[in-house]
Amino acid sequence: MEKRTIAATLVFAIAAVFFLFSIFLIHPFGKPGNVAMDDHIIANTQNETGTNNAVTSVVFDYRGFDTLGEATIIFAAVAGVLMIFRRVNP
Amino acid sequence: MNGMSKIVKTTVSILFPFTMIFGLYVIAHGHLTPGGGFQGGAIVASGCAMLVIAYGSEWVFERIKTKRLAAFESIGGLGFIAVALLGLVFSTVFFGNFLAGSNLLFGTTPATGSTLADMNTGGVLPLMNFAVGIKVIAGLFVIVLVMAYASSQKEWNT
Amino acid sequence: MIEYIPFIAVVGMIFIGLYAVLFRRNLIKIVIGISVIESGVNLFLITLGYRDSGVAPIYTSLPAGTPSPQGMVLPVPQALTLTSIVIGVAVLALMLSLVMHIYRKYGTLDIRKIRRLKE
Repeated sequence: MEKRTIAATLVFAIAAVFFLFSIFLIHPFGKPGNVAMDDHIIANTQNETGTNNAVTSVVFDYRGFDTLGEATIIFAAVAGVLMIFRRVNP
Repeated sequence: MNGMSKIVKTTVSILFPFTMIFGLYVIAHGHLTPGGGFQGGAIVASGCAMLVIAYGSEWVFERIKTKRLAAFESIGGLGFIAVALLGLVFSTVFFGNFLAGSNLLFGTTPATGSTLADMNTGGVLPLMNFAVGIKVIAGLFVIVLVMAYASSQKEWNT
Repeated sequence: MIEYIPFIAVVGMIFIGLYAVLFRRNLIKIVIGISVIESGVNLFLITLGYRDSGVAPIYTSLPAGTPSPQGMVLPVPQALTLTSIVIGVAVLALMLSLVMHIYRKYGTLDIRKIRRLKE
């Protein structure tokens, strides 16, 4: 076998051991640990932001700065694709 | 690439306005039902990709200029930042919600625990939904069109 | 053991993507493997925020009789997953553009031959 196959099998085995040990250290499915922040968000959505939808108010009002970073990523992707194909369309 | 047969072209040209109306409905009601700017923009962009497949990329590329689509995307991004800076002017925090609770455009507040849907609520959120929706539509349409046109050319150093 | 099944599904998806990245020779198959790893990570983010027998955190047409903050699912992991999906789409568009350029220049998509051809 070549050297590349031996190195790839070693990386795969180490990743498998780490992943299978750390599954059982997370909280069980359905009983989350710290829910104080989410309970405050759900209880006060309608009188602080004025919407019925808690997910949209988290995306645009409580955490609007992350949405600004995401808009920058879309702009960078479009600029990169147009720059790579610059010789094709005049 | 070439277009497809006449049956496919007729079916797509009937289905495309319905897809666009459904996508704009999901964008506009983002503060009442599940949805919002990113999800509705992806729906309309997949309708535009259906148009590129049915009519051929050379036919669409002759009629839509990519520079205007890229300018359209920048208008959406600038609108998003302008709404955030207006929050800084009127309520002294960046991204502040200055329309909720006042009696301007989107100002009424629903009662706590009510399950009715009033379109007039939401504060500054529907304006941000439209800006992000325009940005996603124009961005995804430009990416699909440029990559489909470039893969049908024989040589690239023209 | 039966309450850890969604996390085992996430680890299975990451293993399938990692196998496709490490052991395949075609460039398109490596790109598909990276996309499968990103889907597995998005699934992990969503399954962290589930509460037992909860409904969606939206007040419009709520079924009558659900207690208000305790009967709903957590909304913050869903908002972070939206950002992660959009980042995955942007990275996939740039990767495929670079693969098209490599194919025009070298004429092949085998990663063992692309390394050895020097101009």
